[in-house]
Amino acid sequence: MIRRPLRPLARILRARLTGEDPDKIEAEARAARMRSLRAAEKRRAELRLWLLAAVFLAAFASVGGKMFMLATTEAVEPVASVNTSPIVNQRADIVDRNGAILATNLVTASLYANPQDMIDRVAAAEGLAQIFPDLSAADLLRQFSGTRKFIWVRRKMSPEQQQAVYDLGEPGLQFGPRELRLYPNGAFAAHILGGTSFGREGVHAAEVIGTAGVELAFDTYLRDPANEGAPLRLSLDMPVQSALEQVLAGGMALMNARAASAVLMEADTGRIVAMASLPDFDPNHRPLPPSSGDPADSPLFNRAAQGRYELGSTFKIFTAAQAMESGFATPETIIDTSGPLSWGRFRIRDFRNYGPRLSLMDVMVHSSNIGTARLAAAMGTEAQQGFFGALGMLEPLTLELPESVSSNPSTPARWSELSTMTISYGHGLAATPVHLAAAYASLVNGGLRVRPSLLMNSPVPSEADRIVSPQTSANIREMLRAVVVRGTASLGEVEGYEVGGKTGTADKPNPQGGYYEDRVIATFAGAFPMSNPRYVLIVTLDEPVDTTGTEPRRTAGWTSVPVGAEIIRRIAPLLGMRPNRTELAPVVMASQ
Amino acid sequence: MKSVLYLCALALVLIFATWAYQVNYRTKSEMDHVSQLQREIAHERQILAVLRAEWAYLNRPERLRALVEMNFADLRLMPLHADHFAKISDVAMPRPPMPDDIDGLISGLVDTAAREAEESEGQP
Repeated sequence: MIRRPLRPLARILRARLTGEDPDKIEAEARAARMRSLRAAEKRRAELRLWLLAAVFLAAFASVGGKMFMLATTEAVEPVASVNTSPIVNQRADIVDRNGAILATNLVTASLYANPQDMIDRVAAAEGLAQIFPDLSAADLLRQFSGTRKFIWVRRKMSPEQQQAVYDLGEPGLQFGPRELRLYPNGAFAAHILGGTSFGREGVHAAEVIGTAGVELAFDTYLRDPANEGAPLRLSLDMPVQSALEQVLAGGMALMNARAASAVLMEADTGRIVAMASLPDFDPNHRPLPPSSGDPADSPLFNRAAQGRYELGSTFKIFTAAQAMESGFATPETIIDTSGPLSWGRFRIRDFRNYGPRLSLMDVMVHSSNIGTARLAAAMGTEAQQGFFGALGMLEPLTLELPESVSSNPSTPARWSELSTMTISYGHGLAATPVHLAAAYASLVNGGLRVRPSLLMNSPVPSEADRIVSPQTSANIREMLRAVVVRGTASLGEVEGYEVGGKTGTADKPNPQGGYYEDRVIATFAGAFPMSNPRYVLIVTLDEPVDTTGTEPRRTAGWTSVPVGAEIIRRIAPLLGMRPNRTELAPVVMASQ
Repeated sequence: MKSVLYLCALALVLIFATWAYQVNYRTKSEMDHVSQLQREIAHERQILAVLRAEWAYLNRPERLRALVEMNFADLRLMPLHADHFAKISDVAMPRPPMPDDIDGLISGLVDTAAREAEESEGQP
């Protein structure tokens, strides 16, 4: 800034020449300088005020703006971190022992209608009736024309059907997401899987709850988010189960049976590898329980784990085991089989007369009722009850199926000496085929009681579960093998797999009292390979009759045993078991 | 001197304010990104579940059995049988080297083909 002098020399000199007072000039300059200084100060003060005003304005504006933002936007919870928990399905999958999927979820949609939003009700009703053949256009139109503002049309549908509904272009039809429980294998293992239905239902979600089978037994586990979607691993083996179902269905048709069931169990652990009950159903469309008639005739009825039957001569081996374990007899002990054996008005007969006496081994091989009954009577009722109890034949199954709670074997109201005799050959005590499988497994695996299970991680029996000695178990294996080699189950021989087993043909009880003459439950209880049993197989046919011969044959040896043998023939290779034989034909690859 | 200090302080405040502002917004956008990724993962999982269900459906034993029967002429697949097991010792040693002359080679091939045809016919 150029500083002007207060007494500019040029003006002073000119004033002096004219005789004016030079001090006036100085005063004038001083006043001008003061003015300019004051003006500058005022400007600065104003600027400060403006600045202050601007700052306050900005502050109030930002506060006001924030308040406006808060007032006009939706409240959002402040988050410090993003949820990183894994996304899991509402319901865990069910897989077989190798991880093949038995039950899974599929996200589909439910369909509901808001008739007040509809553009063309007639077209919508007709379009829907075309997409879903089970709906009628007239019914839908009546519903859409009523006063209701919300109508469920479908609980679940396939993605294709959803697309078809989209293509109708009707704004009054709305979708809500639904998780659909899918059993990709259809009727496969239906009684084990059970089924599901919707629980509490809303527009945006619906609970899927188990209604039967393992779906119900493990409902809490399957729905527990803490498992992070870990699948439920069953002990079933899909190829084996499938082959078993196929062969059993074929056998049931060939033997003209009303129904059939089969259980394949690991002899050492009691884990069920395959279990089938025919007729069966598709768990994707689980039928409603029958409202009339015998529930045991429904396809929903699990004959293997729910149906209690008198299983006939398959029980005889229990009496033999009891006798050998208690030291009462050895396989060579001679038993009096002269008959008929009379007890009051009751007479016990054999299928044929096997002569006056047989060794215990031959009593089993020929399946002599008289011999077994005499042996059981000699050992007494209490001993029999004790042994059957130890085998688990007197208590309900501990199987992981809700249906099995009603599997408590039915025993005679008064366990008399006659009951002891009839039970020894399988009449008077009704148990499920799974009971029988577990008892056979316990007897042939070296004598450790197994508990049937459908889970891969079920506990393995220990020495604390011993019911018979290894020696008794070995004798039983020998007897069961002899029954197949030269006894009633001779059709059960499968080359290379050393099948052993026992047949049982039991007359069906008549609901009117007594027993039917020509209706039987034919059972084959077997194990293989007999030198070191790995699997126990129970095949039960309901009212089979083999009509290939000159006269109808109903005994298990002609009906269940061939079916059982065919099952073993099919599944043993699937289980990875090499046939035990030395005369295997060498495979020729090179030609000379 | 004082004003220089003030200026420095002001500059620092500005720098930190900008930094904090940017970090804040970056965090928010990352969070948005993460939640978007999670939505995508959920979607992919859903697709995966559908594919798995479809795979299981296509591989259901019933369908495979039907396919095997339909294609029996080409594949000749039979159920696994006990005869299909063999021991390593049953497998013959590799054949001796091919004869050098062309005649021996051709007759050898013809023999092999004939035997193979015979064997496949002999199978049930």
